[in-house]
Amino acid sequence: MSKTVMAKAKIVKGGSFLIEEKKPSEIFTPEDFSEEQRAIAKTTRDFVAGEVYPNRSEIENKNKELLVSLLRKSGELGLLSFDIPEKYEGLGLDKVCSMLVAENLAPAGGSFAVSHGGHTGIGTWPIIYFGTEAQKKHYLPKLATGELLAAYALTEPHSGSDALAAKTRAVLSEDGKHYILNGTKMWITNAGFADVFVTFAKVDGDKFSGFIIEKTFPGVSTGGEEHKMGIRGSSTCTLELNDAKVPVENLLGEIGKGHLIAFNVLNMGRFKLGAGCVGGAKAAMKEAIAYANERHQFNRPISSFGAIKQKLAEMAIRCYGVESAVYRTAGLIDQALEGVDADDNAGILKGIEEYAIECSAMKVYGTEMLDFVADEMVQVYGGYGYSEEYPAAAVYRDSRINRIFEGTNEINRMLIPGMLLKKAMKGELALMQAVKQLMEELLSFPSMDDEEDGVLAEEQKMVRNAKKVVLMVAGSAAQKYMQNISDQQELLMGIADIIMEVYAMESALLRTQKFVEANGEASAELRLEATKVFINDAVDRIEIKARPLLAALVEGDMLRTQIAALKRFTRHTPYNCIQARQRIAAAMTETGKYIF
Amino acid sequence: MKIIVCVKQVPSRDAILRINETSSWIQDRDIAYDVNEPDSYAVEEALKIKEKFGGEVVICSLGPERVQVAIKEGLAKGADRGIHICDPALDNLDALAQARAMAEVIGKEGFDLVFTGLQSDDYGFAQTGVILGELLGVPSATIAMAVEVQDGEKSVRVKRELEAGWFQWYQMPLPASISIQSGLNQPRYATLKGIMNAKKKEIRKVTLSDLSISKDLLVPKQKIERVYFPVKSKKTEIIDGSAKEAAAKLVTKLKQMRAL
Ligand SMILES: Cc1cc2nc3c(=O)[nH]c(=O)nc-3n(C[C@H](O)[C@H](O)[C@H](O)COP(=O)(O)OP(=O)(O)OC[C@H]3O[C@@H](n4cnc5c(N)ncnc54)[C@H](O)[C@@H]3O)c2cc1C
Repeated sequence: MSKTVMAKAKIVKGGSFLIEEKKPSEIFTPEDFSEEQRAIAKTTRDFVAGEVYPNRSEIENKNKELLVSLLRKSGELGLLSFDIPEKYEGLGLDKVCSMLVAENLAPAGGSFAVSHGGHTGIGTWPIIYFGTEAQKKHYLPKLATGELLAAYALTEPHSGSDALAAKTRAVLSEDGKHYILNGTKMWITNAGFADVFVTFAKVDGDKFSGFIIEKTFPGVSTGGEEHKMGIRGSSTCTLELNDAKVPVENLLGEIGKGHLIAFNVLNMGRFKLGAGCVGGAKAAMKEAIAYANERHQFNRPISSFGAIKQKLAEMAIRCYGVESAVYRTAGLIDQALEGVDADDNAGILKGIEEYAIECSAMKVYGTEMLDFVADEMVQVYGGYGYSEEYPAAAVYRDSRINRIFEGTNEINRMLIPGMLLKKAMKGELALMQAVKQLMEELLSFPSMDDEEDGVLAEEQKMVRNAKKVVLMVAGSAAQKYMQNISDQQELLMGIADIIMEVYAMESALLRTQKFVEANGEASAELRLEATKVFINDAVDRIEIKARPLLAALVEGDMLRTQIAALKRFTRHTPYNCIQARQRIAAAMTETGKYIF
Repeated sequence: MKIIVCVKQVPSRDAILRINETSSWIQDRDIAYDVNEPDSYAVEEALKIKEKFGGEVVICSLGPERVQVAIKEGLAKGADRGIHICDPALDNLDALAQARAMAEVIGKEGFDLVFTGLQSDDYGFAQTGVILGELLGVPSATIAMAVEVQDGEKSVRVKRELEAGWFQWYQMPLPASISIQSGLNQPRYATLKGIMNAKKKEIRKVTLSDLSISKDLLVPKQKIERVYFPVKSKKTEIIDGSAKEAAAKLVTKLKQMRAL
């Protein structure tokens, strides 16, 4: 990424968006993609349109050979090696590029995209970031071309969310040359054809550790294919380890430090999934618009009905919010990694981990946006949406997995405020000071809001006030429950919802402001509409979410004070969202696609 | 073999076209551009010949700043360098005037083959390739469906597409200018590595002041009078009466319309 794109080289603290105000020039947006990044997106798009999309029904019919050959073919173009350092025959591209690949692969359909991500992401990253020099030299060049295909095997029948409760064990053989592994891994993407598995086992029954396993090692086998609701063309099987003989050189990372691998890898998978959801949503919109334009009822295309227009526009508006937040996050990570050596794994992981809050937010908010889009897509198709002969049904089924894997959305929701409070406790984030200041403000007379002007000034104020809602609710929760807050899941989930809304609305706001600064207001008309609708509705959602949280946290006078403050922080003149959506929908039906 | 491929950037197929205020052309604001379709095949054909015979592939494009993207796409696929003829005075000229500028640049470069696409997806004139051949003083072939370099790289055999499924094989000496038809090969994708490498490849910029063409040669001989969308004029008429009567009426009508 060029330096001119984002104003400051200073590394932004993860989670700081809640307590600091950012300028448009400080964030990275899709309008800032370099020529190379755009070209990489185009190659991905062309490959999907030319090679994968035409084969999607074959892939859905579980033609594994075809899937494997397409994965390898994508490797010829470099679509398996962007994250692998150049030293190991990869391309070592930035994270914006990885996101663009993920986004533009999504239209290939869930099956191919998940298989591809299973290999390039969770299957390959552990070796990139935790492998020894010898392991990297041995595996990465072959993973870069697809000569070897990878899978990631963490989940077990009895341990999913609670991954560290795994039962698989490893003991050192008598001659000290092998670890002998016993156990079963379940739901392993790519297991049916993978050559290499990154897996986990407890050494001597208690030290959770990573291993690189090859399919040909004695004692390694895979079970039959699961019959799944969606992504049916992807391979999902068990990995059976029966006295599996794993050379000691294939221990991955340090003994007892497997959790570091597991959590860091999931972290990275999450923000990429957000980008995939953006791509999936755009593809779904394209199909839905085409159908709505073509399908006539009452002698009119259904796209001319207000009910359908509101749906199409809302798909685009929510996608705009996620897209803005996803690439802002990628920009943050790239900025943090700028100057970090490609060999400095600890430095790279630290750079990514800094934004763990944003990554989890993108995972949850992105997957739920895609589910919304998929659901509305089915509705636009009516009865044909319920038929497997039309594309909506598969989009709907495929979308559903995203809320389950890479950490369920519940687990990720809990992580968001959890990590935030942890950062605050460690003094990395001045959250408590901000809470204190706000609480003082609440008890004093409300100051008159300054009138500001400028593009989206009203919305900017709404975002600023929404952050105060987070501080108020999170502050009250922290005060009431102190260290035991992690038991208060209902509160954590609610707080996470508000935080995600804030991140998305601020990202959309800043992106649009940046666009206006560069291109003027005239060509930003519909972006301004989308941003206004998004923020208007997000603030309303925040108010509804916050009320029961406050009721559970405080009572009596304090409750009345805080509810009054909530009202003040979420007060706004309602925007004419209906008309704005009509205008956005008109542009979508004319151009046949997502318009931003 | 030194092959110069002329590549044009044209509005994307799915771009929504609006006619400009003076009805002289489309509004070029806010639309996406792509490499002209047959030009992509021309690039592929050049790269294939280079793979077989060695040499150099140079991408040449005339147009505003944005056409650099089209040049870079060729470089990412494996072309060696680019030439960007960029001067506002050259935009919006006719095929002859633009070809004059290109011919001067290409002539100075020297070449064995000049490839163009058969025609551009925007104007559809199909003239640039032949005019270039004429201005460069070399033989031309159009609508090429196959190109075979022969004779120790001294001549080229071209399969030309005629009408009604007919083809013509045609042999001519090198250097030559050939306009390429879509579909003669399978254009490759730009690889990610190629895209990153393209950054390092040279794109030479040429402006009008680098050329020795006199101003009066740049006066267009052709002008677009008006651009408009075709007006739909479908009309349905139901002919009533018994089958026999209706048939008779239909025949009369068809005769009136000179359809019979
Ligand atoms: C198609 C598919 C592909 C997959 N691919 C892979 C893969 O490649 N590699 C791999 O290792 N795994 C993979 N998985 C496994 C996936 O990551 C797990 O299914 C997921 O982590 C959830 O675990 P679980 O199914 O055991 O559900 P559980 O953990 O049993 O969760 C059930 C429900 O309880 C909730 N829950 C659990 N714990 C808590 C808690 N502490 N607090 C509140 N709520 C809680 C969950 O959110 C969920 O709603 C895949 C799964 C599927 C379906």
